[in-house]
Amino acid sequence: MPSAAPHPAVRPRGARRGREIARRWLLSAPALLVILVAAVGPLFVMALYSVMAKGDFGDVRFGTFSSEGWFGVFFQRDIFDDTLTLADAHLTIFWRSVVLSLQTTLAALLLGVPTAYFIATRPARSREIWLFLITIPFWTNLLIRTFAIQEVIRNEGILNGALVGLGIVDRPVQIMFTDTAILIGMVYVYLPLMVLPVYASMEKIDFRLVEAGYDLYAGRLAVLRRIILPLARPGIVAGSILVFIPSLGAYVTPRVLGGGKNMMLGNLIELQFGPGRNWPLGAAISITLMAVVMLALLVYVRNATKGGQHG
Amino acid sequence: MAEFRARRGSNDNRRARPAPRRRTGFDVRAMPGAGTLAVATFFLLYIPMATLVVFAFNSGQSLSVWEGFSFRWFVSAWHNAAIQEVALRSLLIAVVAATCATIVATMAALATTRTAPYPGLTFKYAFINQPLMVPEIVTAVALLIVFSRLKVWTGYSGLGYLILAHTAFCIPFAYLPIRARLESMDLTLERAAADLYAPPLAAFRRVTLPLLKPGILAGFMLAFVISLDDVVITEFVKSGGQDTLPTYLLGQLRRGVSPDINAVATMFLALSAVVVTIYFLINRRRV
Repeated sequence: MPSAAPHPAVRPRGARRGREIARRWLLSAPALLVILVAAVGPLFVMALYSVMAKGDFGDVRFGTFSSEGWFGVFFQRDIFDDTLTLADAHLTIFWRSVVLSLQTTLAALLLGVPTAYFIATRPARSREIWLFLITIPFWTNLLIRTFAIQEVIRNEGILNGALVGLGIVDRPVQIMFTDTAILIGMVYVYLPLMVLPVYASMEKIDFRLVEAGYDLYAGRLAVLRRIILPLARPGIVAGSILVFIPSLGAYVTPRVLGGGKNMMLGNLIELQFGPGRNWPLGAAISITLMAVVMLALLVYVRNATKGGQHG
Repeated sequence: MAEFRARRGSNDNRRARPAPRRRTGFDVRAMPGAGTLAVATFFLLYIPMATLVVFAFNSGQSLSVWEGFSFRWFVSAWHNAAIQEVALRSLLIAVVAATCATIVATMAALATTRTAPYPGLTFKYAFINQPLMVPEIVTAVALLIVFSRLKVWTGYSGLGYLILAHTAFCIPFAYLPIRARLESMDLTLERAAADLYAPPLAAFRRVTLPLLKPGILAGFMLAFVISLDDVVITEFVKSGGQDTLPTYLLGQLRRGVSPDINAVATMFLALSAVVVTIYFLINRRRV
């Protein structure tokens, strides 16, 4: 923690220290209050909603508790004879979300790590420009970027235009409204999230170590595998988490590129709060998603602290 | 890249040379393929955006056949009353939410930096960064649940809900650069001011605040861009007739693409790029 450096002026004892702490709490109160009211608090309310009975027209019957919401995440009841089956539709969507997020992370690694390495090995002055070129899409509206990739991959888009024009295929390949479209879209929109942290850790690599590796007759592959990648590991882990988490909760990209059929978790949640009118189920799925994300973050934090001990 | 390969081919077996001063000899930094994949990445990142921008200037209806250069879609988008309305609403929300977020984040940053650890400090860090850790869709439906009930109870369904929600998720973005800036400032100048009998408020106004300004500006701009870009939370919190530019575009996309949208998206893109460039320049000057 950077605040570890002592600041003697703000280290009074006894009553003065008490007053100082109270003042600091007062100063941070507005920010904490806003986040409590419009971010953290509602999550608890949602947890409460997940254990209530669903209302007929959306919402819930307040005060009537029911486990139907959580039950519905994994099982479904036959409307005629009450037999239980696994909720295939939900499990398919869970599975699709996890697989697509992993594939997105993998593709982002494949493109992002070499890109970060490329930028980190440029001379200092041009490095800033390359970095800036990564930052611009990073801060550009996600919807607009999704829209942009849609124009490229749709049937009349330039990708199919080029494929047909070059005679590789005779008629346009249907990419839109498939899982592939979602994958391409998510790689496109989340790639900068991989490059930036990987770059941050590659920038710090001491290339004398790499040189030492070559001095000891290591080949390029060995240097990459034994020196560069281990040193870049904190960034690679951070980048993977930063790509995986928003992919898992993606809503806009699958909605625009996947059409109605290829839903991901985000769209399944929306469905329950919209036409599905099953708020408790929607709340339960949301909490499940949040739990998975928290788990991934926990892995990251544990990894980051381990990395800190080495470095 | 050709140079890259050639060097590799001719020098692969010449190892063990000190770091090259001249660009001949063995380059320890070279890694075959990295350049190719990096170029592929930059193409992937920029071709879609370039396509979008180029076809916004197309004179025809088509989004794939170039028919000549024209500003007509910009003109028609600019005069489109619906687009004007949602764009102004987006700007209003972004300005108000980013301002509120920056003010409370500055206070929070002052309260959480330059101090010995005190009870609750870690809790505050976690709490302030919480909006970054939860998937947006989850926050969005949680807000939908709470705000829809509040709207019924209070009878108020104005822009306040959107502004409150935007302020909340903008706080961590405003907080991070301000905190970073504060942590790079030590307390000597403030102490000097106190030695010269400056009351705490005067010292804050004349010493701390001017020094903190670049951080505050950077924080405000990040918050502004984040608020302007938000789709998911807005989509779930808004009442009828409260579309912002992104939610309006999302609705339009369902009806199919048109060059109008390209023009709007291009203007939006230009705005983001300008803000990011300013942010980049501020940050660079700081070093």
